[in-house]
Amino acid sequence: MKVGLFIPCYINQLYPQVGIATLEVLEKLGVEVDYPMGQTCCGQPLGNSGYESDSIGACQLFVKNFKNYDYIVGPSGSCVYHVKKHFDILEQTDDVKRVRKNTYELCQFIHDVLGITDLGASFPYKVGIHKSCHGLRGLRLGSCSERMDAPYSTEENLLKKVKGLELKTLNRADECCGFGGTFSVFEEAISVKMGKDRVQDHIDSEVEVITGADHSCLMHLEGLINRNKQPLKVMHIAEILNSTL
Amino acid sequence: MAHAQEATTFNENESKVNWHDKALWFVRQKRDKAAFNVKGWETLRDLASAIKANVMSNLDIYLEEFEANAIKNGVTVHWAKDAEEHNKIVHGILQKTNVKKIVKSKSMLTEECHLNPYLEANGIEVIDTDLGERIVQLAEEPPSHIVLPAIHKTKEEVDELFQEHLGTKPCNGDPQYLTDEARKHLRNKFLKADAAVTGVNFAIAETGGIVVCTNEGNADMGAHLAKVHIACMGMEKLIPQEKHLGVFLRLLARSATGQPITTYSSHFNKPAPGTEMHIVIVDNGRTEQLSREDFRASLHCIRCGACMNTCPIYRRSGGHSYNATIPGPIGSILSPGKDLTKHSDLPFASTLCGSCSDVCPVKINIHEQLYKWRQIITKDVPQPIVKKSVLKVTGNVLANSKMYDFVGKSSRFMLKHTPRFLVYSKLNTWGKERELPEVKNGNFDEWYKKRKKNE
Ligand code: SF4
Repeated sequence: MKVGLFIPCYINQLYPQVGIATLEVLEKLGVEVDYPMGQTCCGQPLGNSGYESDSIGACQLFVKNFKNYDYIVGPSGSCVYHVKKHFDILEQTDDVKRVRKNTYELCQFIHDVLGITDLGASFPYKVGIHKSCHGLRGLRLGSCSERMDAPYSTEENLLKKVKGLELKTLNRADECCGFGGTFSVFEEAISVKMGKDRVQDHIDSEVEVITGADHSCLMHLEGLINRNKQPLKVMHIAEILNSTL
Repeated sequence: MAHAQEATTFNENESKVNWHDKALWFVRQKRDKAAFNVKGWETLRDLASAIKANVMSNLDIYLEEFEANAIKNGVTVHWAKDAEEHNKIVHGILQKTNVKKIVKSKSMLTEECHLNPYLEANGIEVIDTDLGERIVQLAEEPPSHIVLPAIHKTKEEVDELFQEHLGTKPCNGDPQYLTDEARKHLRNKFLKADAAVTGVNFAIAETGGIVVCTNEGNADMGAHLAKVHIACMGMEKLIPQEKHLGVFLRLLARSATGQPITTYSSHFNKPAPGTEMHIVIVDNGRTEQLSREDFRASLHCIRCGACMNTCPIYRRSGGHSYNATIPGPIGSILSPGKDLTKHSDLPFASTLCGSCSDVCPVKINIHEQLYKWRQIITKDVPQPIVKKSVLKVTGNVLANSKMYDFVGKSSRFMLKHTPRFLVYSKLNTWGKERELPEVKNGNFDEWYKKRKKNE
């Protein structure tokens, strides 16, 4: 099995440590991982802003970079969702279809494809999960509070096996943090208010570290936490799963 | 970006925002509990969605069937192509029957058509009889929610409003006292009204009958006391057969307020002896929406309001910020169909979190339609040149890995070495209340290359 590592643009530029943790976790699990150089972005920022047609070049480049892998794995639910959901703007060649089908969010890949939950990690802190919307309601990484399905959560299953980690329950299990890409800028007031409320829920639930499978949401929450000097740390789930504290 | 401005203003009073958010979240939680108690809730949603899809693809047939059966029942059926025609028809009926005072219940359609000001300008007294509707009518405001029209008002504000208009005593917002006073005031109006206007929740093609769902019984009271009953309905309100009603009644009240069923599900089939019953079937842009394949499903809506209660943006911006008759997520996909330019900001007033689509009892893919409207708006509505060109350039950069590498490196360099007061200037909306990410030494690409070399 050959896996192509997909590191979304903002993680590449701003959060290299998340990319490193993702790669190391996969390698620890014995997966043969390759990082195709020359990848840029899945086109999501353009699509969500209404400029999907300007993103065709980026989408084509994505397919070109990843078409020869069995699986494509990335540490960002919303980018993976974009590839699966919105690459319908490309001509649906066999390559495009295969790439869309085989692109996975990291937790989903470990949990569903590899069938592993215990990664041998340890992380002795109180952790709250921010269940990002695109991962949750797009990729169905877990049951959604609006739907009356049997409850499950891919992220929780993985974190529950981390030694010393205490998983906290939030008052609102899966409300949006208000990031939403360009929404965070064009609807600044609401975006900030939503983020503040999300952070407060974690504080009220005695969380020490907020984690999640989508670092763009975490970036927004971290921005608020740092500005307001709140006693919380933010870490991508790959960093926790890779941790041996 | 009118919504963003309105929302910013709404957010100036944070405690009010918190109160608004909690009030609606409370309803959402009640809905969760109620839905949880129905075995096969998700199957029921599938069924409702399928029935509505059938209605939409055979709408002409069902409409004609409905009309024929309603006429057989002794009802007069009218067709209105738009709001203006609707208002004229209603006014015409009132003139013919010499009506000067009407009571109204449960109709967002008449809001959409701006019936009240039209009739009032023609010397007719219109009283909204649902408590929430009456409150916003006294305040001279539009409803801010389709099920909870006055949810933006605290009980203290209602107290003041009633003192001013109904002469009530100050009561510290005691809901019991206020409700009793409103009831007294409305009873009087009911008794004096010559005609009742109601909405329609479901129109049954098979029988020609209509169903109106209320909690206060006002539709009944109005229609039974007055000699003329005018029911106004959007043409999408049809369901094929009476047996389908159970599916929707089970979903509607639970989704709306968390009740198992509304207190009254009133069936109106034919006029009582000595009275008249009229049904006005309104298009007002619905046929056009039906013709848009990507947006057709928006007509499935049964107006339960669940998408508003669940929407984290609606809860924190209030219904009026949408500047449309139907606010919130469903309004944001319906309104652009009516006037793309006026409502071009609404599909952007969302994070595309998808909660609306998951909560919707008839499974409208609301967030997907928001995404689709965005693609149309950037093409058909003039956009700020700067935004347009920035995104075009971004597209080019992202399609070219060398350029991307260069831009990535130089942006990180600038972010790292620009003085704080410049980075956090007025131009940087992100940084108003949030810190920017701290820039690390090098990006992932560089780390990976180094590692490869050392292998
Ligand atoms: S779109 Fe769905 S959730 Fe929203 S009001 Fe209509 S039926 Fe209810």
